[in-house]
Amino acid sequence: MSTELAFAHALLRPDAPCPAGLRAWNGSDPVKRYAVYRNNVVVSLVDALADSHPVTQALVGEAFFRAMAGEFARRSPPRSPVLAWYGEGFADFVADFPPAAGLPYLADLARLEWLRVEAWHAADADPLPLAEVAALLADEAALPNLRVTLHPALRVLRSAHPVVSLWAAHQSEDAAGALGAIDFAAAEAALLVRDGLDVALLRVEPGAAAFIYRLQRGDALGAAAQAAAPFDLPATLGLLLRHGAIAAMRTS
Amino acid sequence: MTSANPHRPIRGGAAPAAHATLPARGGVGLKPEHFRHILDTRPDIGFFEVHAENYMVAGGPFHHYLERIRADTPLSIHGVGLSIGGEGPLDEAHLDRLAALLARYRPESFSEHLAWSSHGGAFLNDLLPAPYHAGTLARVCAHIDRVQERLGRRMLLENPATYVEFEASTMAETDFISEVVGRTGCGLLLDVNNAYVACVNHGRDARAYLRALPLTAVGEIHLAGHAHDVDAAGAPLLIDSHGAPVAEAVWDLYAYAITLAGPQPTLIERDNDLPAFPVLAAEARQAEIVMARQAALEAA
Repeated sequence: MSTELAFAHALLRPDAPCPAGLRAWNGSDPVKRYAVYRNNVVVSLVDALADSHPVTQALVGEAFFRAMAGEFARRSPPRSPVLAWYGEGFADFVADFPPAAGLPYLADLARLEWLRVEAWHAADADPLPLAEVAALLADEAALPNLRVTLHPALRVLRSAHPVVSLWAAHQSEDAAGALGAIDFAAAEAALLVRDGLDVALLRVEPGAAAFIYRLQRGDALGAAAQAAAPFDLPATLGLLLRHGAIAAMRTS
Repeated sequence: MTSANPHRPIRGGAAPAAHATLPARGGVGLKPEHFRHILDTRPDIGFFEVHAENYMVAGGPFHHYLERIRADTPLSIHGVGLSIGGEGPLDEAHLDRLAALLARYRPESFSEHLAWSSHGGAFLNDLLPAPYHAGTLARVCAHIDRVQERLGRRMLLENPATYVEFEASTMAETDFISEVVGRTGCGLLLDVNNAYVACVNHGRDARAYLRALPLTAVGEIHLAGHAHDVDAAGAPLLIDSHGAPVAEAVWDLYAYAITLAGPQPTLIERDNDLPAFPVLAAEARQAEIVMARQAALEAA
């Protein structure tokens, strides 16, 4: 076994023995020294997940979150040195994490926070000038065939749980009061868009979320609107325009 | 503090020339928590340093702020993910990302670590140690040759903070680093806190350690805080935490390093328990005071 393999192997395995071949100048047992590396690796990865999932952590408490994130980190260490992308897959892990089974909304909340990270770091794009939008929308006969390129940072999430209300409650001064007002049976959908240098997280009707999702997938306007549950099409387009979320439109 | 460095970029001028050098002043690690404060107050800081990997994202606020802050302040880009000390080949895709980032920001300095952080496709997010022997030396030199060739520039290599040593080591760390610098032509990023931490952790004389390094190759100095623990025998075990002010003992060692290496671009690194920006700016000024005091002593 190579030195590196032996050293790496035990880093993510708390029960594995300290690798052989280590020494200390004073002859002390190297286990405690090696533990510094073990600790650094897992703590830094858990810290990264805690940074990107603050509401998930608030919902379960720090101790529970760190134990859960630590298990994820040991099982699924990053595959890239770009840690901004560490956490993809965390929501799926949370969904299957038995101790969290009593919180059915937790995985979608983690998913929402992950989408927020993606929106944060996504490519920038200028919105389509309103005059061009107006010209394209004026031709009513061509409307169904319009294809819309959404801003690269835009994300939608449709959840069977009130994830937007849960997230918003943790942004308010009185989180406990806001949480008390939530209908935990309600399904909610989220739209994430750039808001200057920040990311805005908005609640939209499930039908509107489905419509936006289909636009993002490349469906033409008419097909995207028909396939979704009832929703207010002009209001939804207005919402996208107001947030600079339409980067291009073309007739196909 | 006046700089003895003739290559000091002129503030507020045109885009800085590629590969100009950092000024021999105090610098501060740039953190997102301080973006707004820095743009609003435009503090007089010798240079900023960022971790390369944090900016390997497509867009968003990180690039927005770095572009604006970099426009009138020298920049050091410091990699933490190349795994130069690793047994496997370099990650060429990562090297490509690095080349793109350097082309975009044209930093005055690029540096990386004498350490490894990836194994078997997993990134372990820590700077891990390697034994010092001929095999590691050959690999590290080949990796640095490749990095310098791909990036088209000289890099600085940072001495590590370590907690264990290897029975397989046949060379002192200082000899290993001297060999790497001699063979590859890379520069040395002298991390004085790492030197102090490693010397305490391995029962060495920190001043002798500094004297044994190839100090003419120093292109930058790092200063940071450390934490205190003990090993299994109760001996002090210092942890390179980057979570505290620079320790007095490290300031003393820094003053000694300056007497040996002359004034150097000196970075205050702080990654944890981040204080308000002026606290870090004051530590950067402290480094400039140490350099000025040393220059005055030499002139006297």
